[in-house]
Amino acid sequence: MSVVRLGHLYPDEMNIYADRGNIAVLDARLRWRDHGLAVDALEPGDRLEPGQHDLFYLGGGQDRDQAIVARDLVATKAAGLRASVEGGAAVLCVCGGYQLAGHGYTAVDGSRMPGLGLLDLDTVAGPTRLIGDLVIEAELDGERHRVVGFENHAGRTRLGPGARPLGTVLSGHGNNDHDGGEGAVAGRVVGTYLHGPLLPKNPWLADVILAWALEHRTGSRLDLPPLDDELERAAHEVAVGRPTRR
Amino acid sequence: MPAPALTLARAAGRLSRGLGRGGGTSLPGKVLLRLRPGAVAELAADLPRGATLISATNGKTTTARLTTAAAKGAGWRLIANTAGANLLSGVATALLDGVAAEPNADAALFEVDEAALPEVARQLQPRVVVLMNLFRDQLDRYGELERLVQDWAGMIDDLPSDATLVLNADDPAVASLHDARRKTLLFGLDDPWLALPALPHAADSTRCRRCGARLVYEQVTVGHMGHWACPDGHLARPQPDVRAVRVRLEGTEGLALRVVTPAGEIEATPRLPGVHNAYNVTAAIAAALAMGVPADGIGDAVGGAAAAFGRGERVALDGRELVLLLAKNPAGANETVRTVLLDPEPLHLLIALNDRTADGHDVSWIWDVDYEPLLGRIAQLTVTGERAHDLALRFRYAGMELGRLRVEPHLERAMDAAVADAPVGATVYVLPTYTAMLGMRQVLVERGAAAAFWRDG
Ligand SMILES: [Zn+2]
Repeated sequence: MSVVRLGHLYPDEMNIYADRGNIAVLDARLRWRDHGLAVDALEPGDRLEPGQHDLFYLGGGQDRDQAIVARDLVATKAAGLRASVEGGAAVLCVCGGYQLAGHGYTAVDGSRMPGLGLLDLDTVAGPTRLIGDLVIEAELDGERHRVVGFENHAGRTRLGPGARPLGTVLSGHGNNDHDGGEGAVAGRVVGTYLHGPLLPKNPWLADVILAWALEHRTGSRLDLPPLDDELERAAHEVAVGRPTRR
Repeated sequence: MPAPALTLARAAGRLSRGLGRGGGTSLPGKVLLRLRPGAVAELAADLPRGATLISATNGKTTTARLTTAAAKGAGWRLIANTAGANLLSGVATALLDGVAAEPNADAALFEVDEAALPEVARQLQPRVVVLMNLFRDQLDRYGELERLVQDWAGMIDDLPSDATLVLNADDPAVASLHDARRKTLLFGLDDPWLALPALPHAADSTRCRRCGARLVYEQVTVGHMGHWACPDGHLARPQPDVRAVRVRLEGTEGLALRVVTPAGEIEATPRLPGVHNAYNVTAAIAAALAMGVPADGIGDAVGGAAAAFGRGERVALDGRELVLLLAKNPAGANETVRTVLLDPEPLHLLIALNDRTADGHDVSWIWDVDYEPLLGRIAQLTVTGERAHDLALRFRYAGMELGRLRVEPHLERAMDAAVADAPVGATVYVLPTYTAMLGMRQVLVERGAAAAFWRDG
């Protein structure tokens, strides 16, 4: 039995798309396998000590909150997060958090919000919001799976050579509505526009991330026994069918 | 008002109804707005007491219904819209039809979609605007809450100078719209017994709008509403003019309120349950007073009003009672959960989630609802609707025992199963999103259990 330490970045500011659902899934899927999850809220002003956390989560927020968070990330957390990632900690960032994990975000008025630089990507606001059901074919740890959710973002994200897309768009817009890519991966850092929330209907993705976090905690790769995911599979199938049925 | 535009617009409505296309609830308004853009303001200007607009994320339909009852109780002839016809074209159609049906109407009262409000207000030039609350709702349609606050502020700047604002003092975002140069009636709840132990997870407007500091609450009532203040003293809840000083929750049956107003005390015992309805009743009392309705009959009129369509509506079916409690966003769903928990019996629940345009395509909001307090109280839960499986996952990850959970996407089959599970004489609480509510109501109407469509009587 191991307890994974999760650093939940700005739970009060960055929670606009029901991000707590993702935390609930990480917690339950560890408990159901006799492990545990300890969650530390990392608030504005808090510093973090590299090596302490196995996993970080950063969700999306309203524009105003996101600007506050961007400044704080760079000022108090960027160095600690980079060192943590170099030490093998995993990071999952969703929507606004995904944008902040890149080099920065340029708003419609030309103003620039700095990013963490954990992922080699940059985001520029587009003229319209990209909203709707999103289905992708994702690849992680050598496995390919369909991942399903909802996207709602004005940013157009383009990847540099240091990151690869999490998947290819089967239906929806993805990173920029142009190159067919969605999300980004570099090592154990995963970013995506998919919410819904992301993990309840995509338990495979949850388990990949948990396996990384457990490996960071224990120093060895543990096998995660399968769970009864019948409800998850059914919800996944329904969601995959929505874009064409509506 | 030149007659041809009105005649043509009405003809379009008759034609639409004749073709069986949706009852013509918005087409005549669309035609009128197209033919004669200033027509809506002209029609409203002819009404001796002008137009009143009510808007909010939650509670606008119920509050409009209660305010209508108060005005009609005082003998006013009123033009109103029905729930759902609350965009500009629906309001224009209701006004057009209303003027034809009631040439001597005293006033018009409309519930208005929160995003459509600025445009409706610009067209209608209302005398009274009632702003109740703003909660996180359908981000794919309304966008961020902050945008709506700004749009409402812009709308207020453009209101006629003699218009009266009715504002909720307990909602920090709505109270921030207070403008000292305008006639304003503030309302709020002032009963210390209502306090929640803490801000719920889904709280939205919880920062000082001046300095960004987290607001401190002496009392939280619903969502982010309550007795709030900036810790650095920039902003604080203003003292309301219309205050519910005693709010007694009569289980899931109703409420007993004592409301202090500038026109004296008003007592009301509406058949609407829950703290959120205490806000609706208090808002309706403030709205009626702002419109000029005499205070003495308001309490009785509000107490006698029946629940609006699907919002606390009670329907008998196979010896059980169904209570329909529309739940379409986190703040609203949290209040229905809180209301259902007032029933001491083991709970029979039917929760329905659709993801059509009127519901919002993005169903992630269910993860922001605090369903957890229900878990120890549920006898049987049936989840239904197009996204029933998302609800099932929500309850699975909340820790629900799966033996008490039935997943049945088909609304009618789910309703029959939930009713069959409940003992004869028991209550089944139905918590549907908007289109799921319409779907279930249609089944109830076909079976003769519910009235065909809400018409104000
Ligand atoms: Zn302040």
